[in-house]
Amino acid sequence: MVPMTTEGPSLASAPAPSRARRVATWLHARPRTQLRLLLAAPLLWLVLVYIGSLAILLLNAFWTSDSFTGKVNPFDWSLDAFVQIFSNDVYRTIAVRTLGMAVLVTVTAALLAFPIAYYMARVASPRMRRLLVVAVLMPLWASYLVKIFAWRTILQGNGVLAWVLAPFGISGPGTDELMNSWLVFTYLWLPYMILPIYAGLERVPSSLLEASADLGARARTTFRRVVLPLVFPALVAGSIFTFSLTLGDYIVPDLVSDAKFIGNVIYDNSALGQFPVAAAYSMLPILIVVGYLLVARRLGAFESL
Amino acid sequence: MRSIRTTALFVSVGMVTAACGTSLPSGMLDKLGEGEGELNLVIWAGYAEDGSAYPEFDWVTPFEEETGCIVNSTPMADSAAGMQLLRSGEYDGGSFSGNATDRLMAAGDVAPVNVDLLPNYANVFAGLKNQAHNSLDGVPYGVPHGRGPNLLIWNTEEVDEQTTWDGIWENAGDYEGKLSIFDSQDFIADAALHLMATREDLGITSPYQLTQEQFDAAIELLAAQFEHGPQFWSGATFTEQITAFAAGDVTIGTTWQFQVNSLAAEGAPVKAIKPAEGTTGWSDTWMIASDAANPNCMYLWMNHMMSAEANGQATVYFGEAPTSQQACDYAETIAPGHCEQTHATDEPYWEDIWYWSTARKDCGDEDANTTCVDYDGWVEAWTTLRGG
Repeated sequence: MVPMTTEGPSLASAPAPSRARRVATWLHARPRTQLRLLLAAPLLWLVLVYIGSLAILLLNAFWTSDSFTGKVNPFDWSLDAFVQIFSNDVYRTIAVRTLGMAVLVTVTAALLAFPIAYYMARVASPRMRRLLVVAVLMPLWASYLVKIFAWRTILQGNGVLAWVLAPFGISGPGTDELMNSWLVFTYLWLPYMILPIYAGLERVPSSLLEASADLGARARTTFRRVVLPLVFPALVAGSIFTFSLTLGDYIVPDLVSDAKFIGNVIYDNSALGQFPVAAAYSMLPILIVVGYLLVARRLGAFESL
Repeated sequence: MRSIRTTALFVSVGMVTAACGTSLPSGMLDKLGEGEGELNLVIWAGYAEDGSAYPEFDWVTPFEEETGCIVNSTPMADSAAGMQLLRSGEYDGGSFSGNATDRLMAAGDVAPVNVDLLPNYANVFAGLKNQAHNSLDGVPYGVPHGRGPNLLIWNTEEVDEQTTWDGIWENAGDYEGKLSIFDSQDFIADAALHLMATREDLGITSPYQLTQEQFDAAIELLAAQFEHGPQFWSGATFTEQITAFAAGDVTIGTTWQFQVNSLAAEGAPVKAIKPAEGTTGWSDTWMIASDAANPNCMYLWMNHMMSAEANGQATVYFGEAPTSQQACDYAETIAPGHCEQTHATDEPYWEDIWYWSTARKDCGDEDANTTCVDYDGWVEAWTTLRGG
């Protein structure tokens, strides 16, 4: 290898080392500085752009706004927005409704996803398994909005569902029912529940199931005492998606029902310039999801992702 | 000697320039330049048609061809939502009703308009100029687009002839799940307007400035109506109202002439009236954002929207009253009888139409003894009604 150094007397006529070269040499001796510089840009992005904008958004909750012009008065500190949220029952009703829906969707998705994931992981042939994985992933290729509008055409007064139910003397649900959201949310988030459970089930060694059977356990006991405890963290991992996605969504309730969820109230208020109230109410889903994630971590969900 | 004279000349020129400068309110355009090639508008749906809905209604394409300003428009759901869109800084201006114009002018989001740069302004009916909703201290802040009432609409096959608003209030129970209601806190005013006629003891003098007691009575009336499962439409979803009336999913409600015209064109059995109590309504104004990126295009657009062709077409399309005799004459050529039907020059017709206006804590008057529920209170009450 040709020596690249310029210190040799034979290269006296060569130009001085370039600036980049000198910086590189300096950095070479300082691995910690290298790391800091490498991380500076993404960290700056995360702290300034992501957390910074979130912080400014949440700061709005402690400011006032002019009730006539609707302009926020920055640094005019006040707890009025929180007083409004705590003194008016409607905000509690909506929070309970949203939370209830998130739990309902999570439980439904888990009940539907488990048999499908079990079949994929332990029963299906490798060829069938590949087909099923593609089938589960397929809906994720279509736009979320397209899928919701597809459900609207199914549910609406003169839609497909009404047509199917008509011979039985039952009318369609229309697009005003709260429970439509349950149906559509479960449909939308089901793949996010199937995939972690499938991955969790695949990791359960067959030898454990055989050992359980050898020790005289029936299928139900093996499921309850061997499979479920081993797959539980994966179930919790899946529930993070179904729960938090439902908690934050405002488009599904808007398009297939006339019920208001937390997200709708935040959206409506910010669209109308009521930023302090919107920001104060935003803290609720943030706190719920942070709490949920802390519990999920304790249950080992993050090792299963 | 010569240098002194030159200095004096410069000083006097400077004084004249300064004088000219102060004669124009700050932020007002003093000279019209070339179009910037682009124009971004917040609009009420149907206010910037390019022929894609109906080929015969197209006042955007001629404007684009003439000025080179390519028009992008975003419809607003209601006035407050449109105001927030304008404040995003992405828009050069828009068409706003009185309950947005008052707030935009007060907050400085819109700039005063130099009407000398708009030749078509001279044609506009004098009665529409320099009103409270489109000017501040005698300075125009926009140009009129058109005006109209919010109407009572019903399905003539399902609902008997109506003369008052009772159908959506006291008799709402007759139309369980079939009511079609404007989804905005601004609809509280419609309840208050009905109370002006039916509950004189409340002493409501304006449906927009309500004391706590008057406001509570209006909310009570709305809560009773909400028991009967109304369906909602807004400026962003008004096509759903057309579909719902055409399909018979709703049979009575509030509407704009625009939906009535669309339904009539489809042959749907509907009728719409201005009920006996009077009604709420709007008188819309094109305004320019104070931080408009394309001010020349916006001025060209404002002038265009006062032209006989554009104003005639736009007001026929939406079913509202044109703003000039020239526009009326043009409208007659595409929709005979339009100006008479929309009462463009029939001032007594407008006397019981309460143009949209914003609720204020001081009731918008000088009297310090009365306080009213402010707009924040209206929004919160609507959230409570809709979310419960």
